Amino acid sequence: MPLYHTEDQAMLKDTAASFMKTEAPTTHFRKFRDMNCKDGFSHGLWKQFAEMGFTGILVPEDQGGLGLGHVEAGIVLEEIGRNLSPSPFLTTSVAGVEALKAADAALRERWFPGILSGETVLGLAIDEGAKHNPAAIAMKAERAGNGFRLTGRKQFVIQGASADMLIVAARTAGSAGEQDGLTLFAVDKDAANLSMEAARLVDSSMGAHVAFEGVEVDADAVIGEVDQGWAVLARMLRAGRTGAASEMVGVGSAAMDMTVDYLKQRKQFGRLIGEFQALQHRAAHLYSEMEVARAVVLKAQQLLDEGSDNADLMVSVAKAKVGQATGLAVREGVQMHGGIGMTDEYDIGLYMKRDRALQEFMGDVNFHTDQVARAHGY
Amino acid sequence: MSDLETFRAETRAWLEANCPPEMREPVKDESDACWGGRNPTYKSPAQKLWMDRMAEKGWTVPDWPKPYGGAGLSPAETKILRQEMAALGCRSPLSSFGIWMLGPALLKFGTEEQKVHYLNQIARGEIRWCQGYSEPGSGSDLVSLQTFGEDKGDHWVVNGQKIWTSYADKADWIFCLVRTDKDDKYKGISFLLFDMETPGVSTKPIKLISGNSPFCETFFDNVVVPKHQIVGELNRGWDVAKYLLGHEREMISGAGNAPVGSVGAMHRDLMAADPILRGEMARLDVDTLAFRAMGEKFIDEMKAGKAHPAQPNMMKYFGTELNKRRNELVMSAGGSDALEWESEASTGGAKARAWLRTKANSIEGGTSEVMLNVVAKRILDLPGA
Repeated sequence: MPLYHTEDQAMLKDTAASFMKTEAPTTHFRKFRDMNCKDGFSHGLWKQFAEMGFTGILVPEDQGGLGLGHVEAGIVLEEIGRNLSPSPFLTTSVAGVEALKAADAALRERWFPGILSGETVLGLAIDEGAKHNPAAIAMKAERAGNGFRLTGRKQFVIQGASADMLIVAARTAGSAGEQDGLTLFAVDKDAANLSMEAARLVDSSMGAHVAFEGVEVDADAVIGEVDQGWAVLARMLRAGRTGAASEMVGVGSAAMDMTVDYLKQRKQFGRLIGEFQALQHRAAHLYSEMEVARAVVLKAQQLLDEGSDNADLMVSVAKAKVGQATGLAVREGVQMHGGIGMTDEYDIGLYMKRDRALQEFMGDVNFHTDQVARAHGY
Repeated sequence: MSDLETFRAETRAWLEANCPPEMREPVKDESDACWGGRNPTYKSPAQKLWMDRMAEKGWTVPDWPKPYGGAGLSPAETKILRQEMAALGCRSPLSSFGIWMLGPALLKFGTEEQKVHYLNQIARGEIRWCQGYSEPGSGSDLVSLQTFGEDKGDHWVVNGQKIWTSYADKADWIFCLVRTDKDDKYKGISFLLFDMETPGVSTKPIKLISGNSPFCETFFDNVVVPKHQIVGELNRGWDVAKYLLGHEREMISGAGNAPVGSVGAMHRDLMAADPILRGEMARLDVDTLAFRAMGEKFIDEMKAGKAHPAQPNMMKYFGTELNKRRNELVMSAGGSDALEWESEASTGGAKARAWLRTKANSIEGGTSEVMLNVVAKRILDLPGA
C-alpha cells in the first residue's frame, strides 16, 4: 500500500476539513471557552459529528458504524487539531470504541448506539499520577459478590465530568509494574461511591480527578477477560496515542502555516521579516520536522489497520516524533510572532496550549522514546 | 491471488534461489559495494554473479523501461521488489552514479539514441560514471562555473578544472557541466558526456580527513568533445543539472536505502552506566524510524507524481544531519576503542573513518544551508530567499 492517502481518504479529508472550518473553527472554541462551559465542548457539535458519520468511523459496519480504520480516524483528528475543534472524538470514538471492540456483545450493544448518535460521551480512567505510566496502575478491583469493588483514584480523565460511562483500568491481581492482573471495567457515571472533581486545563479542555471509594460493579462490566486487561488497554492506548499524534499533526501544521504566513506580512527594518535568513532557516527546519512527523504518523496508522506486529513500535515512534515536531512548531510560532504571539487575541498561543495538553495525553515524548529503546532491547 | 501478490511470491522465490548468501550481508562501506565499470574490481565471485543475474532480469534498474535495460516494473512492483530484497537482506547489486544520477536525467532529457546506448550500459554496470559539477571557485554558487567549451564546428574543445569529482580516478566516463556561452550565467551552460580516456583529461585524488580519497581534482586540457555528446539543448544544461541534483540529493539523503540498524541495540551493555547516552540513542532510533517512513512516503509520492519538486532538498537536509548524528553516537559509544586508526581490532579505523566521511554528507551535493534556502524559497514561498 502506498504511503499516501487513497482517493476515498482524500475525499474524507476534504469533507472533514470543510466541516471543521465551517462548524468548529477557533471562534467556536473561543465561544465555549469564554462562556466557561462546564463540558468544554458543544453537545450540538457532537451531534453534528454523528450526522457526518465521524463518530462511527471505527465502529464495525455490522454494528452500525462505517468500519473504517485508523487512517480515516486520523484524517478527522488532524482537522480537529488544525481548527482546535473541541469534542469527545478522540477519547470516545477512537480510544473508547477500540476498547469496546474487545467487549462482549451486551456491552457493545449498550454503548455503541449512543456513540453513533452523538449522545454518549466516554471517559478514560487510566492515569493515577501526573505522568502517564499504565504499567504502574495500582488501583484495586476486589471480587465482591457477583462482581468487583473498585477502590482508588484516577486523574487526567478528559471530559470525565461529562461522561456517561468511564472505562477504568484496575488491578484484579498482581502488583504495580506487572502486565498480568489488570482488568478493564465499564463503570456507569452514576455508580455509588464514585465522585469527581472537574479541573479546567491550560488548553480550556476539561479534565477530572475521579475517586472510587468502594464502587461496586457487576461481572458483566468487565471489558474483555478478567486479569487479561493489558491486551485491551494496549489496544485502547494504541488507538488513543495514534489519534493524539494525528491531532498534533493538525495542531503543528496549523501553527506552522500561521507562522509562515506571518513572516510574509510583518515588516521590520523596512523589510518583510521572512526575508531574514535566520528566520528562513528555522522555518525550513520546522517544515522538515513536520513532514517527517506526518509521514511516521501515517505509517503507524497504516500498520495498525493492517494488524502488523510492528504497529506498537511505530505508534511510539509516531507519538515521540510528532511530540518533538509539534512542540517545535508552537514554540517557534509564538517566538516568531513576537509580541502579538503573547496576546490572548491571537490564535497562535491557543495552539501552544493545546499542544501541551496533547503532549501529556497517553505518554509524552520521553515516555515513547523510552518505549522505543525498550523495543530495541536496551 | 492478485497480480501483485503473485508478483511478490515469484519475486521472493527468485531472490531466494538467486541471491548468493554473501550478498545477503550488509555492505560495510563504499569500497565494499559493486561499482561495475570497464575494468571492474569485484570483491568476490558472488558479487559479480549477483550483479549479472540482477542485470539479466532488468532489476538493477527495475523501473526503467525494458528497451533501456530495465524491467519496466510499475511503482507498486518496484516497491515490492525493494521490500522483498530488504526482507532477505539482499544487497543492492550495483552502486552507480549512472543509476542514481545520470540515468534519470537521460530518461528525461536524452535522445532516443542516447537512451538506448548509455542506459543499457549503465543497467549492466559496463560503464562507471562520475560527475563534473563543482569547481574550485564554484561550490554552493555552482552556476558561476568557468570550465569552458569552445565551439569548433562539429566539436567543443574543453578547458578548465573540476573538483570534488567522486571516484574520477576510477570512472570511465564523466557527465560534466561546461560553459558554452560566457554572456549568460544560467543559459550559458551545457551538459556534456565524455570518455575519461580522452586526451587532455587527468585526475588527482584529494586526501580527506578520513585518510581516504573518494574525491578528485579533474583537469581538462584541450579535451575534444563531439557535438552529439550533449544532453538536452545547447546552453540549457542548467535545467538538466538541476533535475539531476534532485536525484543526487535524494541519493545522499539515504531515502529508500537498506534498513539501518539501531546503534543503541548494538551497545546494550553500555546503557545502564550511561543513561544519558541511552536517551540520545533512543532519540536517534525515533528519528531513524520516522525518517525511514518519510523515505517510503517520499518515494511513493514521487512515483505517483504527488511529491513537491523541491522535496529532495528537505530529504537531503534531514537525512544527512541524521547520519552525522548517528556517527557521532557510534564514536561516543565506542569510546577510546573507536579512536584507533590502523589497528586490526578497529578494522583499520573503520568507525573513525566512517564518522569523518559523514561530515561531507551535509556539504556535498548542496550544503544543509543551501537546502534550507531552497526549502524556504520553493516550498514555503518566503520572500527574497
